[in-house]
Formats: sequence, C-alpha cells, structure tokens
Amino acid sequence: MAEHQLSFEEKIAWGGLIVAIVHGTVYLSVLLTRAASTPMPETPYVDALLWSLGAGILAMIILSIVVSITTGEEGRATDIRDKQITARAEFTARGVLVAGALAAMILAMLEQDGFWIANVLYLGFMLSALLETVTKIALYRGGVPAW
Amino acid sequence: MVKPTRVANNIRALRFAAGELTQAELAARVGVTRQTIIAIEQGKYSPSLEIAFQIAHALGARLDEVFSYPTNGDPA
Repeated sequence: MAEHQLSFEEKIAWGGLIVAIVHGTVYLSVLLTRAASTPMPETPYVDALLWSLGAGILAMIILSIVVSITTGEEGRATDIRDKQITARAEFTARGVLVAGALAAMILAMLEQDGFWIANVLYLGFMLSALLETVTKIALYRGGVPAW
Repeated sequence: MVKPTRVANNIRALRFAAGELTQAELAARVGVTRQTIIAIEQGKYSPSLEIAFQIAHALGARLDEVFSYPTNGDPA
C-alpha cells in the first residue's frame, strides 16, 4: 500500500497482537512442560496464569508509553474513525469471549476441575484479544465496511 | 477484495484546486487525523454526513462536488 501510515491506535494494535501471541505461547509452553510430569488437571497453573496475565498487562502499559513517546504529539491524535474501528473490533471479538464464559459455566455445572474452568476462561480471553487486534488491523489496512 | 464503500470522492483533485491543500492541512481544518483523510480519499472509509459537510466546506465545494454515490446500474 503506497500511502499507508500507521496511526497511533494501529501501532498499539500491532503491539497488542505481538504481546498476546508471546504471553499466550509462553503460558502454554510452561503449562505443557509441567503437564509432562503430572496428569493435566493436577498440573500447577495458578502462578503461571497470574504471571502471564500480569506480564501481559504490564507489557501493554509499557508499549502504550513507548508508542506515545516515539509517535509525537500530532501522531497521537485519535478521531471518530479510530472509535468506530475499536467498537467494531470489540463487537467482533465479544462472541468469542461469551463462548469462553459459556464453556466455563458448563464445565462448572458439570463439576469439572477448577483447572479446566480457569483455563477455558483464559483461552476465551486470549482468543478474544487476538481476534480483536486482528480485526482492528484488518479494518485499518483494508478499510471500514458499512454495517 | 471488495471495496468497503461505494461512495466515490474527488478530494484529491479538489485539494489541488484549493491551492494544493495538503492532507494534513485538510485534516486539521476538519478535525480528524491525516490517516482518516487518506482512508476517505482511497475509498476505504465512508465519513459521517457531518464530516462530509466539513470536508466540503474546507475545500470550498458543494457536497455533491466532493462525494458521489453510484445509482443502480452505474459503475462505482
């Protein structure tokens, strides 16, 4: 695309995509490594999950600060198009978040281990965040179709 | 890829006709980002009626000189 210049929000979306992929992959690797020596539902996961979520939030805060500093005052401006893209991306990803919550609810009703419930919720958060950032990037690059 | 909007525009030509107004200057007059002006010019974003009027005013043109919409049977 000859004339595509990343807006502030699009830079944050790209960063968010990388953060989501990295912290999801790290958490999954830690979980699978631990699960090699114990049955899956007995695998310790709480510390890894909390570290993963905490690190993800911290990474996004640092990313926002770095992008703000490097972008310059004029480039930080956002407008109605940014708001519409954010709203459309959140709307698109909401279904995945709801599906994760419904799956966790069903597991709870079936009295499954907390391990599965927590990890299904985590998966819902992760997939929803991924879909949201991918949708945002697609809308920034490909254009915003009418509803 | 299907074009996101069927709204066509003459912004680029009108910018040059209005004393080579840059995208950044037009964006500042309208109160949007330069990326939004670029997206509108490229037909990737259909602005609200309010922004469309503001663009027309900034370019010193009528709304239908800036934007057009194909009727049935017309090519976009």
